[in-house]
Amino acid sequence: MSTQIPKQTDESTETDAEADAPSKGDERRAEKRRRAAERREERQAEEAERAAAAEETVELKVFRYDPEVEGKQEPRFDTFHVPFEKGMTVLDALMYSRDTYDSSLTFRHSCRQAVCGSDAMFVNGGQKLACKTQISELDEPIRVEPLPHAEVTKDLVVDMEHFYDQMEAVEPYFQTNEYPEGDLEEQRQTRENREKIKMSTRCIWCGACMSSCNIAAGDNEYLGPAAINKAYRFAMDEREGEDLKQKRLEIIEQEHGVWRCQTQFSCTEVCPKDIPLTEHIQELKREAVKNNLKFW
Amino acid sequence: MSQSYNRGLIEDFGRWREFEAGMWAWIFHKFTGWVLIGYLFTHIAVLSTGIPAAGASEAALMAGEDVYTQTIVSLEELLLVRILEVGLLAVAVFHMLNGTRLLLVDLGVGLDAQDKSFYASLILTGAITVASVPTFIAGAF
Repeated sequence: MSTQIPKQTDESTETDAEADAPSKGDERRAEKRRRAAERREERQAEEAERAAAAEETVELKVFRYDPEVEGKQEPRFDTFHVPFEKGMTVLDALMYSRDTYDSSLTFRHSCRQAVCGSDAMFVNGGQKLACKTQISELDEPIRVEPLPHAEVTKDLVVDMEHFYDQMEAVEPYFQTNEYPEGDLEEQRQTRENREKIKMSTRCIWCGACMSSCNIAAGDNEYLGPAAINKAYRFAMDEREGEDLKQKRLEIIEQEHGVWRCQTQFSCTEVCPKDIPLTEHIQELKREAVKNNLKFW
Repeated sequence: MSQSYNRGLIEDFGRWREFEAGMWAWIFHKFTGWVLIGYLFTHIAVLSTGIPAAGASEAALMAGEDVYTQTIVSLEELLLVRILEVGLLAVAVFHMLNGTRLLLVDLGVGLDAQDKSFYASLILTGAITVASVPTFIAGAF
């Protein structure tokens, strides 16, 4: 990134000045580009040397793939040496690599503090949130790959559309037919009920659980752990009332709902927010059974 | 951008080294389940020799010369069958213990300790299998 910006501004000012002499301008621009590329290469070589010479560096092997550029369509791993700093996360290292070595390295990130859920990746064979994974806790070289069981769009970016579809299928928003008396009355929740759904509200839609789930990989219709957890969050919320709970149970007890879970605990292991996903799915299974059992 | 490429086994069993306890429990449970189903058919086949044996004469039965007894005896004479029996016990014991674990998981009991209960069922299976070896292998060598 930082290497690109000055070059682009140079180019644009030049285009304004030399608008009437395109051939000459083209030549100069080409020359300028060539020199910029040389400078960049030089600088990158320097940085790499400095990184290699520094006391402590970490080796990053990053998955690269770009379907739009010929020569990058075949996936490969690029190695980056990043000077280690105390408290460095995988995301920090990726950002350093992007800013220093290769500005085309593509990955999603936003808040950098494990709240936005943009940067779930496959780090050393496990689904992790890059911004809350400490480099010091990982074995080197650190392999960074896009989430498994998802289509890779570019480098570390995967297509999340299917995940979002599944999330939306469970209607992940509060609904109720039972309103408190009086217009200005709040919809109060008991402390016990709040505690019950507390963990399930922590989901940040990062998709790590869905990616780790063996069943979701083989069954595209399976709602997946995150969506079922969302359903749990509202089905267990007593403010929604009986008829809406019934409606929610009907969604999750379908063929590709809770019953597809085979308790492998993969989702629970990878969840960066420590949501007990399997526990919630199992509880919904019991709710579904109780809902359908009739003793007469 | 619908282009994608197949990352192959890395997405599934290529990462078996990183599998956690719950995943191993699932794989072993599936495997032992299929082995037990396979055994069920051979079991039925061997027991079925009792049908022709039921028509044998009283004297042949007393002497142990009927088809049923002969089949059992000839099978038990094979060293391979003796060793397979130990394996069968191990498979059955693991399937039972892990099945109990899964029952607890379904009931929502001790989900935090699901990995420990998996290791416990593995260790117990090992212990029971080792203890059974003298019984199964006695006189085989």
